[in-house]
Amino acid sequence: MLGLGILSGLLIVPLCGAAFILTLKGDEESVARNSRWAALATTVVTFVLSLVAWGRYDAASASFQLVESHPWLAETIRFKLGVDGFSMPLILLTTFLMPFCIGASWTSIHVRVKEYFVAFLVLETTMIGVFASLDLLLFYLFFEAGLIPMFLIIGIWGGARRVYASFKFFLYTLLGSVLMLLAVMAMYWQAGTTDIPTLLQYRFPVGMQTWLWLAFFASFAVKMPMWPVHTWLPDAHVEAPTAGSVILAGILLKMGGYGFIRISLPMLPVASQDFAPLVFALSVIAIIFTSLTALMQTDIKKLIAYSSVAHMGFVTLGLFTLNEQGIQGALFLMISHGIVASALFLCVGVVYDRMHTREIAAYGGLVKRMPLYAVAMMVFTMANVGLPGTSGFVGEFLSMLGAFKANPNVAFFSTFGIILSAAYALWLYARVIYGKLEKPNLQGILDLDTREKLILAPLVVLTIYYGVHPAPVLDVFAPSTDALMAGMKAALANTQTAAAALPLAR
Amino acid sequence: MPTVHSVLPSLAPLLPELILSVGVLLMILYGAWRGDRSAESVSIGALVLLLFALFVVLSQPTAGRVTTLSGAFVSDAFAKVMKSLVLLGSAATILLAHDFFKREQIDRFEFPVLIVLCTIGMMVMVSANDLIALYLGLELQSLAAYVIAAFHRDNAKSTEAGLKYFVLGALSSGMLLYGASLVYGFTGTVSFPGIVSALNENAGLGIVLGIVFLAAGVCFKMAAVPFHMWTPDVYEGSPTPVTAFFATAPKMAAVAMTVRVFIGAMPDVTAIWQQIFIFVAVVSMALGSFAAIGQRSIKRLMAYSSIANIGYALIGLACGSEEGISGLVTYMIIYLAMTLGTFAIILSLRRRNVMFESIEDLSGLSRTHPWVAFCLAAMMFSLAGIPPLAGFFAKFYVFAAAIKAGLVTLAVIGVVTSVVGAYYYLRLVKIMYFDEPKEPYEAMAPGLRVVLALSSVVVVLFFLLPGPLVGVAGRAARSLF
Repeated sequence: MLGLGILSGLLIVPLCGAAFILTLKGDEESVARNSRWAALATTVVTFVLSLVAWGRYDAASASFQLVESHPWLAETIRFKLGVDGFSMPLILLTTFLMPFCIGASWTSIHVRVKEYFVAFLVLETTMIGVFASLDLLLFYLFFEAGLIPMFLIIGIWGGARRVYASFKFFLYTLLGSVLMLLAVMAMYWQAGTTDIPTLLQYRFPVGMQTWLWLAFFASFAVKMPMWPVHTWLPDAHVEAPTAGSVILAGILLKMGGYGFIRISLPMLPVASQDFAPLVFALSVIAIIFTSLTALMQTDIKKLIAYSSVAHMGFVTLGLFTLNEQGIQGALFLMISHGIVASALFLCVGVVYDRMHTREIAAYGGLVKRMPLYAVAMMVFTMANVGLPGTSGFVGEFLSMLGAFKANPNVAFFSTFGIILSAAYALWLYARVIYGKLEKPNLQGILDLDTREKLILAPLVVLTIYYGVHPAPVLDVFAPSTDALMAGMKAALANTQTAAAALPLAR
Repeated sequence: MPTVHSVLPSLAPLLPELILSVGVLLMILYGAWRGDRSAESVSIGALVLLLFALFVVLSQPTAGRVTTLSGAFVSDAFAKVMKSLVLLGSAATILLAHDFFKREQIDRFEFPVLIVLCTIGMMVMVSANDLIALYLGLELQSLAAYVIAAFHRDNAKSTEAGLKYFVLGALSSGMLLYGASLVYGFTGTVSFPGIVSALNENAGLGIVLGIVFLAAGVCFKMAAVPFHMWTPDVYEGSPTPVTAFFATAPKMAAVAMTVRVFIGAMPDVTAIWQQIFIFVAVVSMALGSFAAIGQRSIKRLMAYSSIANIGYALIGLACGSEEGISGLVTYMIIYLAMTLGTFAIILSLRRRNVMFESIEDLSGLSRTHPWVAFCLAAMMFSLAGIPPLAGFFAKFYVFAAAIKAGLVTLAVIGVVTSVVGAYYYLRLVKIMYFDEPKEPYEAMAPGLRVVLALSSVVVVLFFLLPGPLVGVAGRAARSLF
């Protein structure tokens, strides 16, 4: 159709939905109702379309598939889309989570409903675009464009300190990203193209790799977020509406990890190896320090936000072990965290919609009035802790395994993160769900309604399913990971021989 | 015996300027005859005239380089693009001004006449191929501009703006002329190709002095730091359509003139003038970004924004390369769209015949005028350089040229100041979208709607089809090298 492939379709469908919602007219009530249904329909159609794409995708191959390329800025900067084993699962995660976000906003958003869903659908397009781009400039374009809708979502529908949080979110990420833009330009002049498959084959000079790596690191570390540039995340999470938090934790944080695996590791292997100790150090600090910080939080969302930073520490740790277990584990953890953290934020949204407070102290004894809620929350808390049998375990175990292979000390220290995560997560659960139901305003609280059950049930199922049977996800990552490892080995061996040959040549 | 053809210079390259000159004389006659009642018809006449000249410019051949008037006037792809921008800026100003002046009851026929005269001056600047033609064009443009700055003659701020602009403008013209005379003295010629070959042989200290003075003069005209002091006051004091004009058409002409002087006449002494423009770019970006933070008046804010934007554009010039000029031209095309769109919205903030000019007056605009707020938000994100809006591509091309030219530090300073700048653009978005609404404004005048719609289309949809505009900029840059 018009020479556009299915990936373009994934980008266009949400935009069409947004355009349709913009044209809705009538009284406020009916516009709000129609916007909700239109947004839900659009996200479901997008999800189905991504499943069609998944059906056409050959998981056994490491090459880029569903590739389409359209003329754009120049012959060497094209509008090129495609997916491989790294990006396909993340696209599916994005399209999968979006209907839940719409569902979670069904009743909690009642002002400017139309604009809200438009912003969300535009955000979906930019997120899919990030993962589907096969051109570095196009990647940057989507990476940054997502800031605009997210800025509006936090700023318009957020909590009390929404203005501060939205500015901090925007400027922090922008400052990180602009340096990446300069690196993209430098790569363009060096290699003559921004085509990602071509750049993956290109060997950048070692001296240049250092600077490029640092520039990309500035962007991805902020997006990830890594300690010490994580401070925007708790603010953004706390102030964002529930669905905004879900998207932040579920997808936006994964962009940093995706950037590392798509650009830093394969294109700049020598610098990645050189800087691995730095990343290890930052990751271990993040894991221990933010876990301790999480222990002290009085706000449920903030606690989960800090726990997200700690989990992202495991992701960066796993990625830079530069071995298969570590990378596979990190990728799996990204998917798992995308489901689990999103679900936790949805759970917070459930009680926030009822009580309009996120203070831990305001709750207690919910199990007596909300047994179903207590069960769902239990599953996600356990997954967050990394209990075997939940999806959280697989990712953390594999990345620690990789870390042990790369550097046992790092693995040793990161283990404390697991212990601490059990402490803060279980303590949170105990304070909110258990105890005596004393607070008078909690006496009448209702358990999950049908809409909330529909939202949480699939996530519970997936969390446990991937915990006992992670192979479907890992098998998708495997060919691309193998190709990445082979490429890096060849590049590193090449530089070593070049370095060894240098004195001889003289 | 010489024929008529060999005595008369070839007039074909001059056709757009001739059309405008004849047209403006007719407009003056008609206006003098009909008096102030003619304001409306003269405005329409000027608009038609400018659009016709634009059509003639666009139908001139793209390839090649034609000179006339003994080599003083050049017509090439670069001139074609910059003249089109100048004409678009002037035509848009007439559209923007019409309703405004009528409501302020100062709609006189002199305004369109002065705009057209100014445009002729600017087109001569763009096409100048020697220092004298350059100065002629510049003065024609400047004198008309001084008058229209003070066009609201019963308003103290407007007359102050006109006077300030005139005094400082005259000073800068003097500096430019002094620089030109030094260059003439040390090279023995005023023609740009002549200067190129003279500088090839020897470039002494005198030339350096001449270049410094020339640079100071052009920096004043472009409103680049450290010769920017007039900008906030003149922008704030002038009637708003005039501010929109100053921020667009004369900027295009001043930038084109700068390129003509430094790329056209001094390509072999790049090392001398490059450092000047690196400095000017850095301080313009920094001052424009930081000083705008404290501003409350939208017009002053736009003044600082224009200073910062000139800083970014000058990165392209500082590269001194074909990519740099191509980036500069792309930047100016997109800057024109962003600025015109923004001013169309500023001009629409009118309630019961009172204009509102403070940023707080935008409060809650997204509730009262969702589409206007959407367009202004797009302009602001674009000015901040956020993709996928056009402003991102503008910055992309100049920074990419800087990286290629090895000016990495300059590029890093540029992107960091652009993040600072993003803060104040975002603040306008915040006021429009996060704050509580006020009383709605009156409906937009048709002229404003046209300008806003066209510029919004360019800003929002540029990323879908960037090829044509980028190609035009590339051809323009190639014609200079």
